[in-house]
Amino acid sequence: MTRLFRIEKAEQLADKVYQMWVKAPHVAHHAAAGQFVIFRIDEKGERIPLTISAVDGDSIRVIFMAVGKTTTHLAALSAGDSIRDIAGPLGKQSDIKKYGTCVVLGGGVGTASLPIIARAARAAGNRVIGIVGARNASLLILEDEMKAACDELLISTDDGSKGFHGFAADVLKQVMARETVDCVWIIGPAMMMKVTSEVTRAAGIRTYVSLNPVMVDGTGMCGSCRVTVGGETKFACVDGPEFDAHKVDFAGLMQRLRMYQPEEKDSLERYHAHTCACKGGDHHA
Amino acid sequence: MRIPAPAREGITMHDRPVDQRIHDFAEVDGGYSPDEAMLESARCLQCKKPVCIRGCPVNIDIPAFIREIAAGDFKKAATILKEQNMLPAICGRVCPQEVQCEGECILKNKERPIAIGSLERFVADWERVHGMVLPHKKTPSGRRVAVVGAGPAGLTAAAELARLGHHVTLFESLHAAGGVLMYGIPAFRLPKEIVKAEIEAVLSLGVDLKLNHLVGRSITTKELLNFDAVFLGTGAGLPYFMGLPGENLPGVYSANEFLTRVNLMHADRFPVFDTPVKKGSRVVVAGGGNVAMDAARVARRLGGKVTLVYRRREEDLPAREAEVARAKEEGIEFVMCANPVQVLGDQVMTGVECVRMNMCELDSSGRPEPAPVSGSEFTIDADVFIAAIGQGPNPLLIGELPELKRGKRGNVIVDEDCRTSLRKVYAGGDVATGAATVILAMGAAKRAAHAMDRMLRDE
Repeated sequence: MTRLFRIEKAEQLADKVYQMWVKAPHVAHHAAAGQFVIFRIDEKGERIPLTISAVDGDSIRVIFMAVGKTTTHLAALSAGDSIRDIAGPLGKQSDIKKYGTCVVLGGGVGTASLPIIARAARAAGNRVIGIVGARNASLLILEDEMKAACDELLISTDDGSKGFHGFAADVLKQVMARETVDCVWIIGPAMMMKVTSEVTRAAGIRTYVSLNPVMVDGTGMCGSCRVTVGGETKFACVDGPEFDAHKVDFAGLMQRLRMYQPEEKDSLERYHAHTCACKGGDHHA
Repeated sequence: MRIPAPAREGITMHDRPVDQRIHDFAEVDGGYSPDEAMLESARCLQCKKPVCIRGCPVNIDIPAFIREIAAGDFKKAATILKEQNMLPAICGRVCPQEVQCEGECILKNKERPIAIGSLERFVADWERVHGMVLPHKKTPSGRRVAVVGAGPAGLTAAAELARLGHHVTLFESLHAAGGVLMYGIPAFRLPKEIVKAEIEAVLSLGVDLKLNHLVGRSITTKELLNFDAVFLGTGAGLPYFMGLPGENLPGVYSANEFLTRVNLMHADRFPVFDTPVKKGSRVVVAGGGNVAMDAARVARRLGGKVTLVYRRREEDLPAREAEVARAKEEGIEFVMCANPVQVLGDQVMTGVECVRMNMCELDSSGRPEPAPVSGSEFTIDADVFIAAIGQGPNPLLIGELPELKRGKRGNVIVDEDCRTSLRKVYAGGDVATGAATVILAMGAAKRAAHAMDRMLRDE
C-alpha cells in the first residue's frame, strides 16, 4: 500500500538553493504551468507546497531554498532516497493565452517557477521576455534554461555583479518604456512581488503573482492558505496559486506567513542539534 | 433535560477520570469487558419484530448479533456485524445511537434502551484482537469501478462493490485513507489505530487504494469517466468562515484546519512531528455541533482555557448530548445565545467580540431564530479562535463536472439510488447531503453500491 517517491537527481544550484527530480508519474502526466505539489518527506513530516518547476516523462522537478526544517531536511536528501508522499498536481494552471508580449519576472528562488510558464506562453504564440533578479551573480539560477525558454533574457543583481545593477523591477520599467507589454508574471518573495507589481499597476497591465502561503492539505479543506483578493477571501491552494497581483492583499499574506515563525525557528534548531549529534556536525556545513 | 451518558443506570461505558484525560489524546471511554457485554446483551428482549433495525442506516441484524454476545460467541457476533457493516468499531463509537437504533429500542420506555452502540464496539474490538472476520466475496465481474474519496462513504462503497465482485480503485487526495475519521474526529473519541485496522480490512477485500491522488488533478475527469461506474464520496470538506473582520489574523482557524493539524498531522506532538499548531492559552470556539465539541476538547487538551460560543440555546445544541456532557466535565465554558462579531487584534489576535442573541420566532428548522441584541457586545480575551460553523461540499471535483446537477448549497443532487444526473456516476455521503453523520454517509454508500451493481450487471 505504501508507495514511496524516488529521488532521481538532487543537487545544489546556489547558496541554500537546491533542485530535485522526483519520479511521480501521477503528477508528471498531468502537470501544467503554474501548478504545485505537496511534499511530505516522512511519517513525521509536515505537508509543504512546492511549485512544479519542470516535467520530464514520469518525473517532476522542484527547486527550493533551505530555510526551515523541512526544506533543510529535503536539501540533505540525495538521489536514491525517497519522499513519503507527493500529492498533485494541485492548484489552477497559469492563465496562458495569446496576449502578445509577456514578461516573466523572477526574484531569487521564485525564478524556479518561470521556465515552465515561459515555454507555455511562447507555445501559445507570445513573445516572452524573461527578467531574472538576484542579490548577486552567485545566487542566479536557471540562466541557461531561461535563455532557451524566452525570446530575450534580462538579468539584474542588487550588487551589480552581473547584468543590470539594481532590482528586477527597474528592468521591468525599462522594458515597459521600450515596448508594449501585455501580460506579466512576477514570482518571488511576497515583499518583492508586492513592490514589483506596483510597476505595472498604473499602466493597467495584466499581472499575475504566484502566492506561497502556509498550507496543510492543499486541496481546499482547511483554509490555512486563505488570502484576500479583491476584497474576497480566496484559498490559494484551489483558487490560485496565481492571482491578479493588483488585487492581492500582500500585507495580510505576509502577516499570515509570519504566523509560525517561532515554531519554525524551534524546529530548525532542533533539527540542526539532532543532525549534528548524529552525523558529526558537518552535515549541513 | 439532558442526561449525561455516564449517569445512565446499569452497565454503561467507563469514562476515564477528567483530570487524567484532559492531558492526553487516549480514548475517553474504556468500553465493556466481556462479562459486562454479556450481561447487557442478556437484557435484550429479542423482539420478534425488532424495531431497532429500522433505526440502523446500514441494516445490521441487531438482535442476532446481540444474541450471539449473550451466548458468548463473539466471533459469530462479529460475522453478523460484518455482513452489513465493514466499520463496526468506528460506528460503535461515533454513531448517534440515541437517535437511531437505541432510540427505537422498546426498552427505552421501561428502563433504558440496550446499549447497542457499546455492544457493537465491544464485538468489533474483540474481533480486532482475535483476528478480523472477512465477509464473502462474489466471483469477479470484470467491471472496473472508481470510488472517489476514502472517507466513511467511499470506504463503505469500496468494500461493498469489492464484495459484489467488482474491481475497485479508491482515490484519496490525502496521504492517509479515512477522511474525516482521520483528520476530523479526535483520537480521544476514535483512536486512529482502530480506524487504520478497519481500513486495512476494507483493503483486504481487494480494493486498490491510490493515495495522494486528487481526482480532477492527478487524474482527469475524462479518465475518471472511463471507469464502468463512479462513486463520488468527496465529503463536505469546504470550511465555512463567518466573514468577520479580523478573521484572517494569525490565531484564527477553521475547525477543519485546527483538527487536521492535530488529528492527521499530530501537531500536539510538535516538534517531534513537524506540523505546528497554535496552542492557545485562551481559546474561543464558535459553533454547537459535534465538530465544535471536538475542536473545543482538542484545544483543552493542548492546555487552553476554552470557551464555546453558540448563537442559540443550550437545548438547541446539535452535538450529541454525551459529548456536550463530556466537554462540560472537561471544563469547557459554554456561553449560549451569543455570536462572534469581530476578531480583535493587530498582527496577532487578542480577543473575540461577541454579541448576545435573542431568541425570536421559530425558523424553518423549528428552532427559534436568533437575532443580535444591539448594544450587548462583550469581549472574550483569546489568542486562538476556531470557527466550527459547518462545512460545505468540497467543490473541486464536482466543479470540474459541469453536467452534474447541484443544489443551492453546492451539494450533488441524487435520487434514492444515489444516482446523479451524470450517467454511471453515483454520489453519497456529505457531498450529497451536506455535513451529516458518518453512518448516514455509510448507509447512502451501501445503497449506491447495490444500485451500481444492478446497473453493471444489467448492462
